[in-house]
Amino acid sequence: MKARIKWSKTGILKFIGHLDVQRYFHKAMLRAGLPVSFSKGLSPHQIMSFAAPLGIGMTSQGEYVDVSFDWSYTSREMMDRLNAVMKEGISILEFKQIEEKEKNCMSVTAAADYLVTFRGGHYFEEAFTKRCEPFFFQEEIPILKKTKRSEKIVDISPMILAIHSQDDGIFMKLVTGSAQNLKPHTVMEAFCNYLGYDYDPLGFQYHRLETYLEKEGRLLPLGSVGWDITEEIKPSDTGKGEAAKYE
Amino acid sequence: MKDLALREETLLTIEKPVRYIGGEVNSVEYEPDFLKKLRREDTIRFAMCFPDVYEIGMSHLGMKIIYDMMNRREDILCERVFSPWMDLDQEMRRDRIPLFALESQDPVFLFDFLAITIQYEMCYTNILQILDLSQIGIYARDRREDAPIVIGGGPCTYNPEPLADFFDIFYIGEGETVYYDLMDLYKEHKKSGGSRADFLHKAAATIPGIYVPSLYETTYHEDGTIDTFEPIYPDVPRTILKQVQVDLSHTFYQDKPLVPFLKVTQDRCVLEIQRGCTRGCRFCQAGMIYRPNRERDLDYLEKLADTMLDATGNDEISLSSLSSSDFRKLPELCNYLIDNYRSKNINIGLPSLRIDAFSLDVMSKVQDVRKSSLTFAPEAGTQRMRDVINKGLTREVILQGAREAFMGGWNKVKLYFMMGLPTEREEDMKGIAHLCEDVAMTYYKLDKEYRKGKVSVGASCSFFVPKPFTPFQWAQMCDPEEYQRRAHLVNDEFKAQHNHRSLSFKWHDAKTTVLEGILARGDRRLCKVIYDAYHKGCLYDAWTEYFHYDRWLESLEENHLDYHFYTSRERSLDEVFPWDFIDIGVTKNFLKREWNRAMEEKTTPNCHEKCSGCGAARFGGGVCYESKNQVV
Ligand code: SF4
Repeated sequence: MKARIKWSKTGILKFIGHLDVQRYFHKAMLRAGLPVSFSKGLSPHQIMSFAAPLGIGMTSQGEYVDVSFDWSYTSREMMDRLNAVMKEGISILEFKQIEEKEKNCMSVTAAADYLVTFRGGHYFEEAFTKRCEPFFFQEEIPILKKTKRSEKIVDISPMILAIHSQDDGIFMKLVTGSAQNLKPHTVMEAFCNYLGYDYDPLGFQYHRLETYLEKEGRLLPLGSVGWDITEEIKPSDTGKGEAAKYE
Repeated sequence: MKDLALREETLLTIEKPVRYIGGEVNSVEYEPDFLKKLRREDTIRFAMCFPDVYEIGMSHLGMKIIYDMMNRREDILCERVFSPWMDLDQEMRRDRIPLFALESQDPVFLFDFLAITIQYEMCYTNILQILDLSQIGIYARDRREDAPIVIGGGPCTYNPEPLADFFDIFYIGEGETVYYDLMDLYKEHKKSGGSRADFLHKAAATIPGIYVPSLYETTYHEDGTIDTFEPIYPDVPRTILKQVQVDLSHTFYQDKPLVPFLKVTQDRCVLEIQRGCTRGCRFCQAGMIYRPNRERDLDYLEKLADTMLDATGNDEISLSSLSSSDFRKLPELCNYLIDNYRSKNINIGLPSLRIDAFSLDVMSKVQDVRKSSLTFAPEAGTQRMRDVINKGLTREVILQGAREAFMGGWNKVKLYFMMGLPTEREEDMKGIAHLCEDVAMTYYKLDKEYRKGKVSVGASCSFFVPKPFTPFQWAQMCDPEEYQRRAHLVNDEFKAQHNHRSLSFKWHDAKTTVLEGILARGDRRLCKVIYDAYHKGCLYDAWTEYFHYDRWLESLEENHLDYHFYTSRERSLDEVFPWDFIDIGVTKNFLKREWNRAMEEKTTPNCHEKCSGCGAARFGGGVCYESKNQVV
């Protein structure tokens, strides 16, 4: 049986990188004693897939991971058991079952919402919050993209789906995923350029609010394709072994 | 939520900020446990430090045991401290940020104790960094009344003299025994308002294993060797008895190990199955200072394995001991782990096993034969040399082990050797290449059905460093150039072998070896040398990219010391060594006897076969009371 788990990352745990988060989840599953499924083969590993990685320094209330289990308690119980073994900073927000044939969350991620706030002492906030609209409605938002071999100008405006001021910060909805991906950092760099400021990477704090998939032209939270488990799922109900096939 | 000691801006610009934030699974919960203790008036704040970077320090078992043992007490709050990496080091110096402990993020200078575990010589400058960044004075004599008491522990304290000026106390021996006594004495002393000096004096006079270097004076002969070493007060003991935890099955162990966020060197549960070793290899310090060999009970270990795996969620558990094959309940323990954990996809690590039919059978059950490599530790290339070092391993046994391994499907083996051993001759050096060639030939002589492609035989060679309290403490070292010459000679011999394409040969840095040798058998005059080297920028000497041999030579020269005094000088059998005031149970007479036997190329049986009366039986337990032919 396949589950989509929504979680948050806050406080000091924002300093943990993506690989460390993966290892953290593997160990949390074992500590909680949950029947996570393993892949077949010579070096079996937990069947687990994370949505868009979160960079070091960023916080989030909209992270997702897909995990396969041999069987399951109710959603409530699974969440409680996981939260009981978590350290302050990572919390489980949702635990939903999804169709076995559902593509894993990494490959369906299409967009994400961010809230960018200001780290004190670096910038005059209003200069940004009052200019969101004109910045967003530019024909082109060029940014210099450097790779190892070349430098080229890229227009990021098609990848910015929305941007406006919100609660002392800037809200933005950006294209996210393995095919195309725009980081909020890049947007702020472009914003600084637009305003004629030097870009100071330490001037902003980034918080992810939600991660989306695209369905019939609409953006829906990754968790929306799942449902709550209200009755325990026994090993026999899950078609054990199925899970591995879809990995 | 606690506040972090470092600003976010700093944390976001340094490498791996997670090294400095604490908060790992199974660390002391800040609220409410931590705060509750902190609010008690009589709480002792104890900082436990491993003077190397987080990933290395967090892999160390001894530190975790002490951490757990201390925090079990209601009136002690133990926190961890590690060396800031080079990038943060610079920031801390520039902004005068005091070094802090991970749990509370409070500066170390607020603590009552700073205990530093000293595992290898190459971390000595890191110790000075810790003291310096903590802003508590590098030299013990400069420390203020309210500064933490700085304690040193661990294997290097079996010759604490090169660090004598920097520490208030050395704790000689295993941490489980008298730490609580020391803490109780401290509480009493705090209540009565005594001075720092009073406390140190009282600790030295009343608690066994406690060495307070400032209470002793050394005088030297004209040739630089020690004339006298005396306590300055009559009630301070002349010799310090090593502390031994005799019963290892009813004592502290971290049953809920910390789970670091970062991938540390030992990202697994570690099960210490026994302490000490019965073998008596003559170069091995651990084999002498941890005598007598003591095994833990099987059911204690089984329970511990269960609790640790449950509490951490680690997917690997590894046995730890100097020589796991000698643990008498090994088959039972392996079966238990395999039966209970293989089906749960938990990996089982079995290091330091002798390669034989039994170990190959177990290993084939716990690892992927085709991917893993097997390790042999012949240590020397010829039988003569192996007899000198008392390594009871013959060519036949090694080749038989290799043959069985190859037939079992392995085709990667590693062999560990040492060069520069006492009495080493050219044939012994070349013997390293020959033994490796024989191992490769063993593979190629097998029927084709057993061979899958090429065999890979990797030899790795370190240069021998004589250590205090070993039969080889009288041995002479070479200069770096000579080590290099020998390594090249062996390398050429490897190239001349028929199967040289299947063989590889690597060797350690010779200069690091020489510095390790200087510090290992050093005396108090080296304190100033370490201090000077640190101020010339030496730090993280164990990391090749930061090791500056020239700066060390400069410091020695400026202090008018010829390093050959510590390395290649011939020592007479009746010389007083800087570490002779420590009593490890094993007598100097036994060590001399063993040195002489080495020169005669005679081996000595292990403790299970026959007791050689080394002196360690005085601790009243362990192997000395199990073997039938007890000679006391
Ligand atoms: S006294 Fe005998 S049995 Fe005990 S450690 Fe020494 S040699 Fe081994």
